[in-house]
Amino acid sequence: MADTGEGKKEEADYKTFHTFPLIRHTDMPEEMRVEAVELCVTACEKYTTNNESAAKMIKEMMDKKFGSSWHVVIGEGFGFEITHEVKNLLYMFFGGSLAVCVWKCS
Amino acid sequence: MKAKAGSKHQQGQSGPSEGKAVPPRPAKAVSKKRDDHVSTEAGEGVEERVTAKALVKPPDQLKLTKDELKEEFTRILKANNPYAPQNIVRYSFKKRAYKPINYVDQMAIHFSMNGNMILKDSDEGRRQSIKLSTTAEKAPVETSAVTSEEAEIKDEDSTGDTQAAGEEEGEGSGTAEVAEAVEAVEAVEAEEPAPPRVKEQKLANRFNFIESASRTVNRPMQESACQTDPTPRKDFSATPTQWEIYDAYVEELQKIAMSKMKAKPKAQIAETEDKNKGRKLTPLESQSDDLPTFSDTAKVLERMVDQSGFDDIAQDFKYFEDASDEYRDQQGTLLPLWKFQADKTKRLAVTDISWNPKHKDLFAAGYGSYDFTKQGQGMLLVYTMKNPSFPEYIFSSESGIMCLDFHNDYPYLVAVGFYDGNVAIYNLNKATSQRSHKSSPKSGKHTEPVWQVKWQKDDIENNVNFFSISSDGRIVSWTLVKSGLVHTDIIKLSVEGTTTEGPEGLQLQNPGCGTSFDFHKEIDYLFLVGTEEGKIYKCSKFYSRQFLDVFEAHHMPVDSIRWNPYHMKVFISCSSDWTVKIWDHTIKTPMFIYNLNSAVGDVAWSPYSSTVFAAVTTDGKAHVFDLNINKYEALCTQLVVGKKKYKPTCIQFNPVYPVVIIGDERGHVTSLKLSPNLRKMPKERRGQEVKKGPEVEIAKLDKLLNLMREPESKAGK
Repeated sequence: MADTGEGKKEEADYKTFHTFPLIRHTDMPEEMRVEAVELCVTACEKYTTNNESAAKMIKEMMDKKFGSSWHVVIGEGFGFEITHEVKNLLYMFFGGSLAVCVWKCS
Repeated sequence: MKAKAGSKHQQGQSGPSEGKAVPPRPAKAVSKKRDDHVSTEAGEGVEERVTAKALVKPPDQLKLTKDELKEEFTRILKANNPYAPQNIVRYSFKKRAYKPINYVDQMAIHFSMNGNMILKDSDEGRRQSIKLSTTAEKAPVETSAVTSEEAEIKDEDSTGDTQAAGEEEGEGSGTAEVAEAVEAVEAVEAEEPAPPRVKEQKLANRFNFIESASRTVNRPMQESACQTDPTPRKDFSATPTQWEIYDAYVEELQKIAMSKMKAKPKAQIAETEDKNKGRKLTPLESQSDDLPTFSDTAKVLERMVDQSGFDDIAQDFKYFEDASDEYRDQQGTLLPLWKFQADKTKRLAVTDISWNPKHKDLFAAGYGSYDFTKQGQGMLLVYTMKNPSFPEYIFSSESGIMCLDFHNDYPYLVAVGFYDGNVAIYNLNKATSQRSHKSSPKSGKHTEPVWQVKWQKDDIENNVNFFSISSDGRIVSWTLVKSGLVHTDIIKLSVEGTTTEGPEGLQLQNPGCGTSFDFHKEIDYLFLVGTEEGKIYKCSKFYSRQFLDVFEAHHMPVDSIRWNPYHMKVFISCSSDWTVKIWDHTIKTPMFIYNLNSAVGDVAWSPYSSTVFAAVTTDGKAHVFDLNINKYEALCTQLVVGKKKYKPTCIQFNPVYPVVIIGDERGHVTSLKLSPNLRKMPKERRGQEVKKGPEVEIAKLDKLLNLMREPESKAGK
């Protein structure tokens, strides 16, 4: 009983609480990080159904703001190994099930 | 001379070049009778001149017969060029065959020479004449010279012509000849380019032009290339999956929850600290991150400001010696110096003050409340005399502090006893405002207020330990081990002679209430305990049930007991029964009794003399006694607190300076300077060395005691 009750509560929690952007790993400077996170959140919320468009938006904006050759991956289940320029990586979770990885490498 | 027209021989020449005067003789048959004519033409002219002379036959003359000589040869003279080809054919691409050309050019040019005569009416001529007329007079001369210079075409055959031409040349013939010559020249001219002019401006023409070119210096080129270092790269890998994302969120939420809980109590303490700091007198009011680095500077500044603000007091403290003491006949005064007070402690009473053994200007004041009904927070403030406006350390606690003690060896450790029966140790070295160790109900705290705490020497394991005494009748020794405070009951006080019937017939001892104690300086195990009933017990640490001795000291609770710092046998006690009594612990009766007309709050020996002590009474007065000078009366009785309402509660001498501090019920601590009369050292006798040091003090007191003892013993007490 307690378990199912807890499970339900957790589900509700999950839905309400797990949507905030959670940064898993980043080595960006403060300013860049804040902007990048905001951008990712905006993009993911705008294109909830289409990861590609979201990724495209993020990539283009990052290219404009911070220089060329950004790469963006958005997905719910994947594995990756990348080489990135130091101080240009952001790896975060969002929306409870999305993982976003943004890095620069020209 | 023979006219040209009459010339028989006419070479076939170009008709027009000949001119009109000499029409060409087309094929005219000239029969020559003379044989001589048939012969060579060259010889003709010779023959004409030689006709008068004899015939001279050249050696290679043709020898002909008469018949042959008579033969008539017909010769037709034509105007044709004998050397011109007669049948020229040209290939016609149109017809794809050779076709003969009808007309063959018959002109033979014997001589040509380019002249530089131009027609006067032509463009060039007009131009030149204009220019010549505008320039110098040489011009007309030159033109004639030019014309004379001009060559003429000569006929080859006509000597007459040449002669005539020569004539014309020499004599500047008629214009007709000139015109002819000019015409001839012009025809030739057409084929040839115009001759150069002599003195005219050089006209730039298409054909003659001067090339002029220049080239700048070409700096040598150099290749230079560089490449920046590639930006540093790093690898990164991860595997975001649904479960990992979920886990991460859960963890994060937990962290947030934890930090919220921690933040609440911290916030409260931080607030109080901030408020305190805000009251600093220094100009530095920023509370940003710079504070730690600034703190030293800020401290110094604060002290400077305070000292300059309280400058007169500081001067008094240092230098002022009341000169009027000489006139006062042994009386002394207490000069008020600084007053230490804090907002927080306005409603709290100073319950105990103690000087730091290491820093002689540092003292701690404990704040609490004696009133049973008004129990609230307690404070421990550590002041320094260098900064009277703000305490150095502030500690707050949930319950009122009743007593405190500095550790002799570790001057940063303060033992504190609370109204709720707890004890605690504060560590001044640590930055936090929390106590470092605290007793709890589990660890054997007292059930009644703790009235006094005192540090002991470190025990065998080098753990610090202290004793506490409380109204619940227990004297407990607390040891600070790594895990916290550990208590050991030393003695259970009980009211002698009273037992109560408990359930099941048990004899319960009523616990006596201890109110003060003091440990002997030399004899480690010996200590005195004062109780609420007014008894003083002499106890030993080794006996937990029995006392060594009992003194029937007072009628009311013994507020304070103190051993004499020099004399090993003497101690002083004060009580709310208005009396201060000095005892020798071997004698049951007190040596000296002083009635101070008011409940005595606290009494203290002076550190510099064995015969000086001070007491404070609830009427706001401080009394200073010097037994050496006056055995019966105080040297100084002075009102030390602001209003009579404020009862002073404790008094302490500064170990070094001639200053006493008195704490009162309103949370003020007043410092006073002892006037010289109160600090008299034994007088120097002439010619005798004055011994200084504890022996002197002891001797002094001994003398007094002896004096006292004898009459008392005589009185048969």
